[in-house]
Amino acid sequence: MYKEICSKYAPTKDNLIYILHEIQDTHPQHYISEEAVEAVSEYLKIPSNHIYGVLTFYTMYSTKPRGKNIIRLCESPPCYIKGSDNIMRKLRTELGVEEGGTTKDGLFTLELCACLGVCGNAPVMMINDDVYGDLTEEKVEEILEKVRRRK
Amino acid sequence: MAKTVNVWIDGHHLEVPDTMTIIEAADKYGINIPRLCYHPDLPPTANCGVCVVELAGSPTPKRACCTPVSEGMKISSNSKKLRAYRKTLVEMILSNHEVVCPTCAANNKCELQTLANNLGVDPDALPNILHKKPVDLSSPSIIRDVNKCIACGRCVTVCNEVQTVNALTFSDRGIEAHIDTAFSNGMATSPCVNCGQCTVYCPTGALREKSEIDQVWEAILDPEKHVVVQEAPAIRVSLAEEFGMELGTVTAKKMYAALRKIGFDAIMDTNFTADLTIMEEGTECVAKLKAGEKRPLITSCSPGWIKFMETYYPDLADCVSTAKSPMSMFGVLAKTYYAQEQGIDPAKIVSVAVMPCTAKKFEARRPELRDSGYQDTDYVLTTREFIRMIKEAGIDFKSIKEEEADEGMSFYTGAGTIFGATGGVMEAAIRSAYTLVTGEELEDIDIVGVRGLQGVKEATVNVPGFGDLRVAVAHGLGNARKVMDAVREGLATKGESPWHFIEIMACPGGCVGGGGQPYGNSMAMRARRGEGLYEEDRKLTYRKSHHNPEVKRIYERFLGAPNSELAHKLLHTHYFERSVSTGQVVKEATHKHH
Repeated sequence: MYKEICSKYAPTKDNLIYILHEIQDTHPQHYISEEAVEAVSEYLKIPSNHIYGVLTFYTMYSTKPRGKNIIRLCESPPCYIKGSDNIMRKLRTELGVEEGGTTKDGLFTLELCACLGVCGNAPVMMINDDVYGDLTEEKVEEILEKVRRRK
Repeated sequence: MAKTVNVWIDGHHLEVPDTMTIIEAADKYGINIPRLCYHPDLPPTANCGVCVVELAGSPTPKRACCTPVSEGMKISSNSKKLRAYRKTLVEMILSNHEVVCPTCAANNKCELQTLANNLGVDPDALPNILHKKPVDLSSPSIIRDVNKCIACGRCVTVCNEVQTVNALTFSDRGIEAHIDTAFSNGMATSPCVNCGQCTVYCPTGALREKSEIDQVWEAILDPEKHVVVQEAPAIRVSLAEEFGMELGTVTAKKMYAALRKIGFDAIMDTNFTADLTIMEEGTECVAKLKAGEKRPLITSCSPGWIKFMETYYPDLADCVSTAKSPMSMFGVLAKTYYAQEQGIDPAKIVSVAVMPCTAKKFEARRPELRDSGYQDTDYVLTTREFIRMIKEAGIDFKSIKEEEADEGMSFYTGAGTIFGATGGVMEAAIRSAYTLVTGEELEDIDIVGVRGLQGVKEATVNVPGFGDLRVAVAHGLGNARKVMDAVREGLATKGESPWHFIEIMACPGGCVGGGGQPYGNSMAMRARRGEGLYEEDRKLTYRKSHHNPEVKRIYERFLGAPNSELAHKLLHTHYFERSVSTGQVVKEATHKHH
């Protein structure tokens, strides 16, 4: 499977980031495993430890299995001023997980992130590719319910 | 072409090539700019910022380690502003550091400690914010304590760029940035070959050997045990510098005296088995040459190199000599030959090796090295651990009276002693292989073409009856990679190797630059230690391994002849293929033939 993804790209070092993204995006648990790194290492002739360095440098990559839906709550100053820590508390209690944790049903992973570029609607979070702004605790409940029902 | 430029540091006029950085220019003229992450052997990483200097006309201070000199540059290395900068930087580093200097393995050798002391830094100036993380104890050779790490990056540079082992990496970013192995799997589950170059370049005690001092004392103080000790060639030339004597002085007889005083029961010498290695490996080489073998013979003494070969070049494992390393030959003979000669139950023998090497700890634990019926080598002490034991025993090494080793497995020739320097094994092998091929003695035995610190050395020796013997010597695994790639390519394209015989040592400079050598190692120090061994070689009565009377004796009384059936059983080994990601054994690469 990983070899297949690799072979879509030329075996040059500048394709590392793209290959890693595709591996992560197509994995049901949205992460990059050791086996995946080994395959990429062999294909691009980049040592595994270098790839691991890249994976951990960029926060968008995960080396641990994650849930079906990834929640990224912005923790940058504008969102913080508008109460993102209250939203975080709400998310933690609603989901029963800490930052970086995945719910027991495997449905959600809760993460913090830097500015999402929609400060006018702070506080903001993303669930997968969708942005949710002007968050309140009530809104969080509704959104989570909607996503849960979506499965 | 480099141009000469005029620069001024603190008012001193210097003329230096424009290819130099400010710190290199300053060092050349003996001006010591404070520094922490910079090391003259390694490319600068500019991680710490301690080496900042002020330049006339520049609004901000610059890092001396990575700023090239230019014509007319006026540099100030000392000012109120710079002193304040440096102090703050060191205070910040200390605030995220486990400050346990008195018991730290790097105490008195730690570059952070020295710098903090020199700058008059208050260790409590900032509150300590260190979140303690677990120490990586997985490797049999190296302990990695991230709590003492200052993220200078020297270990990452030496592991990836100098050694090309690719075990260590920077992980995460910003305040979270730290040094790790891939997937935090630990050193034992990485391609780490245990060479320990990271430990000698680490400015603090974050990387060190896994100590076996306690187990060795335990054995020494156990009246039931008979503790036999061997010391590698490089040890005798690496003690002087630690005890107030001139760097590069050979102190073999003081070393024996110190070992006896510590309480070892039999003081032997790895140099003896170095000579024996030449007999076994030389015979193997001559057999290959006579058979017109197209594949080369490559030396097998260096355990860092062996694991590297098993990981990156398992397809060439059959080219590597089957001869065990001198340490492992000694280990197996201590519990067979020596036990038999002395009438001692091998079960009561504890075999200790003092090595300049961290990889020897891994080698000693290889499951295949148990041909005596026991673990052949029980414990390995690095030079650093041995020095600590000398100090713990309260021995005044500088003034201790010289003593001889015990007889049986300690006599050595000049060929054995130069094993400790890069090119030494090759030179020793040529001295004896010549005789093995021609039946005559080689007259001019100083083969200077394979000496010195050039990364890859080549020489041709005319051997009557054979022709030109082409040899290569590589030290440092980055250089080994170059040679091995050339061998692989030669075999693939021309059906033969560019060289008949190749010496490879994992560590830059050979064993005198080993990962178990005293902290504060530099290439210049390694060169001096190597010269010390060549000086000893010149002074010794016997300078060829096949002249060693104890070697002759062991063949007469025990082994029969080089490469005999018994020699093969006890003194030869086989190799494995390992995973590039985890360093774990995948399968056998060669078979033990007997």
